[in-house]
Amino acid sequence: MVGVMLLLSLLLFVWLRSLPGGPASAICGDRCNPAKLAQIKKTLGLDDPVIVQYLNFLKRAVTGDFGVSTGVQPGRSSMEIFVERLPATIELGVLAMIIAVAAGIPLGYLAARRRGGILDGLTLTSSLLGVAIPVFFTAFVLKYFFAVDWHLFPISGRQGDIEATRVTNFFVLDGLLTREWDAAWDALRHLILPAVTLATIPFSFVFRITRAAVLDVLDEDYVRTAEAKGLSSKVITRRHVLRNAMLPVVTIIGLQMGALLGGAILTETVFGFPGLGDALARAFTGRDYSMLQLLILMAAATYVVVNLLVDITYAYIDPRVRTR
Amino acid sequence: MKVNRKAAAVAAASAAVLALASCASSDRDSGSGSSSGGGGGGGTLTFGAAGAPAVFDPFYASDGETFRVTRQLYDTLVMFKPGTADMTPALAESWNNSPDGKTWTFNLRSGVKFSDGTALDATAVCKNFERWYNQTADGLAGAEYWSSNFGGSKVTKEPSLYKSCTPTSNKVVVQLNRVTSKFPSVLGLPSFSIQSPTAMDKYKANDLKGKGEGIAYPEYAKSHPTGSGPFTLEKYDTANQTITLKRNANYWGDKAKIDKLVFKIIPNESSRKQALEAGEIDGYDFPNPADWNSLKQNNDLKVRPAFNVLYLGLNAKANPKLKDLKVRQALMTAINRPQLVKSQLPEGAKVADEFMPDTVDGYNTSPTKYTYDVNKAKQMLQQAGAAGMQIELWYPSEVSRPYMPNPQKIFDAIKKDWEAAGLKVKPVTKPWNGGYLDAVDNGDASSFLLGWTGDYNTADNFIGTFFTETTNRFQTGQYPWGKQLSAELTKADSTVDEADRTAQYKTINNKLVTEYLPGLPISHSPPAIVFNKKVSGITPSPLTDERYNYAEIKK
Repeated sequence: MVGVMLLLSLLLFVWLRSLPGGPASAICGDRCNPAKLAQIKKTLGLDDPVIVQYLNFLKRAVTGDFGVSTGVQPGRSSMEIFVERLPATIELGVLAMIIAVAAGIPLGYLAARRRGGILDGLTLTSSLLGVAIPVFFTAFVLKYFFAVDWHLFPISGRQGDIEATRVTNFFVLDGLLTREWDAAWDALRHLILPAVTLATIPFSFVFRITRAAVLDVLDEDYVRTAEAKGLSSKVITRRHVLRNAMLPVVTIIGLQMGALLGGAILTETVFGFPGLGDALARAFTGRDYSMLQLLILMAAATYVVVNLLVDITYAYIDPRVRTR
Repeated sequence: MKVNRKAAAVAAASAAVLALASCASSDRDSGSGSSSGGGGGGGTLTFGAAGAPAVFDPFYASDGETFRVTRQLYDTLVMFKPGTADMTPALAESWNNSPDGKTWTFNLRSGVKFSDGTALDATAVCKNFERWYNQTADGLAGAEYWSSNFGGSKVTKEPSLYKSCTPTSNKVVVQLNRVTSKFPSVLGLPSFSIQSPTAMDKYKANDLKGKGEGIAYPEYAKSHPTGSGPFTLEKYDTANQTITLKRNANYWGDKAKIDKLVFKIIPNESSRKQALEAGEIDGYDFPNPADWNSLKQNNDLKVRPAFNVLYLGLNAKANPKLKDLKVRQALMTAINRPQLVKSQLPEGAKVADEFMPDTVDGYNTSPTKYTYDVNKAKQMLQQAGAAGMQIELWYPSEVSRPYMPNPQKIFDAIKKDWEAAGLKVKPVTKPWNGGYLDAVDNGDASSFLLGWTGDYNTADNFIGTFFTETTNRFQTGQYPWGKQLSAELTKADSTVDEADRTAQYKTINNKLVTEYLPGLPISHSPPAIVFNKKVSGITPSPLTDERYNYAEIKK
């Protein structure tokens, strides 16, 4: 894992510096001239050879210092911004995944149970739409109707003009912990549209995989045996069908958690939601090297960790994996 | 065993939640952050800002988002009359200069205090001047407006405009090393706000360092701005991207009518419009000109006076044919600027005949004017041996500037006109901060769209900025007249007599469009600011210098 991250950091470092523009130009701004630009580059050490810059970066990075943002929130430590915005994206991602799983698994199960029926047809089509329609389009449509036209939800941000105490920076949780119910409700209202938008992608996968897995399991001998033994359908569903069908679903949930960051870039941008996706988009536009380096490396690390968690969950669901 | 494990997990989770809940208490109970600053129920005005302020110390800033906030927190020695770019007294009630133009005496307003209680007297003002001048090399990299306007500092080889500041009772005497037309207007810039020396010492305001790829700012700039303005900083909720200012009940001037001023950061322009329409914010600026008419239906759209210029820069280094004045004149004649202004720019935009707006002293009211004539342009190109020449036309992507709301549309219009004159136009586009500005600075772009919004009302701020250095974006140093133009500008800038100086700038402006023509002035375009109809009292400023202490909200 360390090797992968090191290689990625080197590639990332060199790639960023090969792009036109950069933090020095961003700081220099409209009134720049070559002499001023050179002075800023010198101050920031951007005139050193790339390898020297990279080694300096590594030295700082191992202590958790990824430098200072120049685009997202100029002047603030990138790590500070990351730590502050991470809860926003986790809150969004978790709610999106809850929506996707809460809708995807029951619907997938029902669709498989009533294969070929109207529900099956309808849900299959909607899951196809979920994959086919770009997230930003869904975001615009939802925002236009539910926020702009009908005023049911707020347009943008994480919280409105409300006095709220910050404890963990998970705004909904903070509201609950401090018993500021209005603040928790307001934060939740800000989360709903972005989360529904973001949920459309994992929903399609969760639904389709559940449906396929349940169809497979329903044909298994042990299900037939259970039915022949006279077990109630609730017990068969819970113990035999869903438990066995969940293995591929857990895999897809794990993989989709990582992929949510990609969707979060668009969703957060459209809804002006100050999370990591929004930071990544703005860091790229503003050529914010330190923020980009931190975010991309963290995204890669997240993938690795999520995959590890998926493996651990496997072992919990399927005892056969543990004994191997 | 299984049950035990589950129970243990549930117990652990419950314990964690309980522990957090016991640590967490609502700040509302303690009443912190709810002070109205002694307001009289004036309510809260929420403004939709496009970006986060870089810092709250304007000396280390050069961006509009920072200045919008800091203008409400601090005062300057001089300021600009609401709705204009002309000077008016602020912390200095009056001022005068010596016959040689190098010694300026400012008579300070008495009884003014910073929000931390420190007296704003002559000593405090001079401490600010000394702080600016004593910057380290790192500090200078962050102090954009100081290095642009005052040159070097105590530690640099480059000389500074500033020489000394002497406090005497309620007067400060500022000595300059040379005469310049920008003084004292330049002191109205937000970067030269007067800040509390006590707070700056306490929170190490000068402790700025180049770190990694960015600049690390001191605590003062991040959290403890202390000025004498009509508002003070209540909190910057970075997680929710809102900045809350509260009314300064002890303000020496017109006290704010509103209790709180909130800046909510909404980066996307269409989201700001939607938020205004949904009542989530009370106003925002730089609405897309295409939305002006629809916004006017339910809101109060105010057009700021145009104090900018859009030009097409030419660089003969990248295309040697441009060295010929006749070719540059042909390019100018080939552009149908009245049509471009009418079709691509917001109402109120004007064709630019010079590189500065007509409200700036030194504008030449009767210079040579170019009228659109495609046949004449073809003829001129023929005479210059450049008929059908190829030219790269650069325009930026991913950006909208006050003087150039939609770069691509302006590019399209110019390209069409030039092609009608027989030119072969090669489009080149790059992101604003992703190669465009770099290419222009490196001299790679033979013709490029760029512009400028003025800081204050002097010709030097426009044409002096563009052409005094010969290594400028037009690379005027490569023309035989480049050094002469530079010398003419320097002479005009250092002329003490105002009438004489204005006359010199008028002459330079005429020569710029007739004999030199280093670029093609295109237009002056007014940006706008929009509020819902409940908000009143705000005067739109050509310098985006709106003051919110005058804002009122109808109940």
